[in-house]
Amino acid sequence: MSMNRRTVVKAIAASGALMGMGALMPRVALAAWNKDAFAAKDQASAMNALYGGSAEASANVMLKAPAIAENGAVVPVSVSTDLADVESIAIFIENNPTPLAAQFMVPAGTNADFSTRVRMGKTTNVSAVVQAGGKTYSATSEVKVTIGGCGG
Amino acid sequence: MALFRVKAKARKGSTDVKMMAKHEMETGQRKGKDGNLIPAKFLDTVTVSHAGKVVFEANLGTAVSKNPYLAFSFEGGAKGETLDIAWTENTGASGAESGDIK
Repeated sequence: MSMNRRTVVKAIAASGALMGMGALMPRVALAAWNKDAFAAKDQASAMNALYGGSAEASANVMLKAPAIAENGAVVPVSVSTDLADVESIAIFIENNPTPLAAQFMVPAGTNADFSTRVRMGKTTNVSAVVQAGGKTYSATSEVKVTIGGCGG
Repeated sequence: MALFRVKAKARKGSTDVKMMAKHEMETGQRKGKDGNLIPAKFLDTVTVSHAGKVVFEANLGTAVSKNPYLAFSFEGGAKGETLDIAWTENTGASGAESGDIK
């Protein structure tokens, strides 16, 4: 009898914890870290997981990356766009073990212009993909790497 | 100890923000001295709010360099105001800190 009572109390406590999590989830889901996209091993499937398709090349997407990067561990990359209704911008590095490097959300009032530094394993194409007004646009440029950034 | 170093400058109604985190961004693909893989440990989300409004939100992967550098700008913000930074790690760790606009 006492054992039963204990399990009942446990069950109630567990369901309470679950409900609490459920209530918190929607806020997190707004900009959830897309696990499938970040774990994808090639650019096409990462693109699919993140934006559900391929992007159209566009001159309105500006990608600034060095033509030659001496050190692949630190490659400065800047992306900006003059497209309207920009929702997010993602950076892909084609031949990296996981091509998706970063995704930036663009809340209203924030300029669609970001800079960061990425790692590159070897010489490959770097792409910036902009999601604007429900469509995706991209710009690509090749970066030559003399020393890879993924080795130990 | 703060993870982020923040340089934010208000200029003509908008604010330029440059920030750098002191973080290893371990990819999970490197091997340690004992020959075993070092488990991944990296910042996966960084959110910056100003006056209760989100102005920057990034999802990061392992391809972001060690000591990640992030730069952006937003409309609004004035000298002396505060930016609130919230971050999470893939390990589940998280934290919050703040920076001043200059």
